[in-house]
Amino acid sequence: MTTLDRTAVPRRGNADRVKKGLVSGKFTALLILLPPALILFSLFVILPLADAVYYSGFSWNGYGAPSDFVGAQNYQRLLDHSVFHTALWNTAKLILVSLLIQMPLALGLALLVYRKTPTNTLFRLVFFLPYILAEVAAGLIWSFVFDGDYGITSSLLHAMGQESVYVLADHQWAFPAIMTVIVWKYFGFHMMIYIAALQGVPKDLVEAAKLEGAKPRQVALFVQIPLIKHAIVVSGFFAIIGSLQIFDIIIPMTNGGPSNSTHTIVTYLYSFGLSRLNIGFGSAAAVVLFVLAIGIAFFYQRTTGKGSKA
Amino acid sequence: MKSITTRNTLRVIILIVVASIVIGPLLAAFFGGFKGNSELRTNPLWLPDSWDAGNYIGILLDGNFWRYLGNSFFISLMTVFLTLVVGAAAAYVFSQIRFFGAKMILSYLLLGLMFPFAAAILPLFIKVRDLGLLDTYWAVILPQTAFGLSLAILLFKAFFDQLPKELFEAAYVDGCSYLRFFWSFTLPLSTPILATVGVFVFVQSWNNFLLPLVVLNDRSIYTWPLGMMQFQGEYLTQWNMILAFVTLTIIPAVIFFLAAQKYIVAGLTGGSVKG
Repeated sequence: MTTLDRTAVPRRGNADRVKKGLVSGKFTALLILLPPALILFSLFVILPLADAVYYSGFSWNGYGAPSDFVGAQNYQRLLDHSVFHTALWNTAKLILVSLLIQMPLALGLALLVYRKTPTNTLFRLVFFLPYILAEVAAGLIWSFVFDGDYGITSSLLHAMGQESVYVLADHQWAFPAIMTVIVWKYFGFHMMIYIAALQGVPKDLVEAAKLEGAKPRQVALFVQIPLIKHAIVVSGFFAIIGSLQIFDIIIPMTNGGPSNSTHTIVTYLYSFGLSRLNIGFGSAAAVVLFVLAIGIAFFYQRTTGKGSKA
Repeated sequence: MKSITTRNTLRVIILIVVASIVIGPLLAAFFGGFKGNSELRTNPLWLPDSWDAGNYIGILLDGNFWRYLGNSFFISLMTVFLTLVVGAAAAYVFSQIRFFGAKMILSYLLLGLMFPFAAAILPLFIKVRDLGLLDTYWAVILPQTAFGLSLAILLFKAFFDQLPKELFEAAYVDGCSYLRFFWSFTLPLSTPILATVGVFVFVQSWNNFLLPLVVLNDRSIYTWPLGMMQFQGEYLTQWNMILAFVTLTIIPAVIFFLAAQKYIVAGLTGGSVKG
């Protein structure tokens, strides 16, 4: 930072140099610094999304140019496909579990460990750990846990004198098992958001409430939680947008089975669109996902006031 | 009113229960890697009878394992590098240069914050194929960078906006160009935010599954999540092997997490820009 000492040089008489510098360097800088981001973003984000809308009007296997225009037929097929209904419903369940179980759990734990002590730090690290693990790795470990021959659930059932259950091959249990893993994987992330917010709550407010005789539960409910509302809104937004895109965890655990009962929108568009090279059909599912995400984002921001700027 | 000690005991019990549910499966995987498959059947959770590291050593001696990790590492590193350079350059423009349409272009680049990546995956596959990039590192690096740009630009711009204005004025008086200023002042002063964004981007790339799954078919270029699924496909019910493999891929992630955790905290709270 020694170069900064030159600031001491008197500024008078340099005004025209400033002007010149501003003008001469400006356009070069613009032309060099901005285009890489614009080109990359347009080519790999905007264009593909526009393509998805375009492709969704065709019956197309991805080879040659799309020529077999079918209008809204792909969307019609989607709406008629019972597996797609299941996928939508499963995605909705993931959103509900995230909002109604995961977030309250994360908030409760955040209230227990937000103070800066060594043990709290340790617990925080542990709770946050699943979040940084790859979904595929987490999914594989949990498919072992739920395995009917080897798994932990089945040996627990054995110990209780029950027969083992092949959780992930069971219509009734496969999706609840997936939801469990998703709570396990992501609650730490939400907890961290709340902890950061709770540490920003002025200490004197909490102390004042305690002096007035408020119990810890009352302090949490009437002082701390209202003051971190913004953080809760933000984490809710992440929870919804994240739930819409669940894919990685499903593949190692059930791959959408048994008999297509655990698909989400994204596993659906992968299995029925890409794997079978029905690019048009899969694109229609992608457009539905896209519209849902954007629609929910707007609706959420409307109803919660300002959100999303994390 | 409950006494403080009862309350605290209750608190610690809850925390320990949750912590065991979090750690349990990970430890079971670690232990499972040491067991024989028959032992795993009867004892899936607790310590192994004997610590036989054969499964682990077998995987470590297999070149494929290291190739998968190497591929992932290279892809993640390049993604971080590109995201930082391209994102910071764009954010600098929006932070320092006033020009017609700046606001609109910025909003355009921030659109990505709302877009679900998976919605673009089919056309991305087509685009990457048409560009002749299938089965290359770039097939993963370029789309990942593009999708990470919005968040990077948002965070960089917020940070650049807070850098002291006097610095710019002084430098311009000395005839420093915008480009040079970006390179020799803005970037060096922004290491905290560069580190934070870099760590996030790295972890995201390291764990990415969907994109590599779609654009990489050649095993020699597989990233580790793909390699792990391949391995699982080969060993299907030999859970001890699979658990050993998973554990080996998790260990570097945990170490990185513990190291980067400190760095993130330091980056966000410490040093910053006082000079």
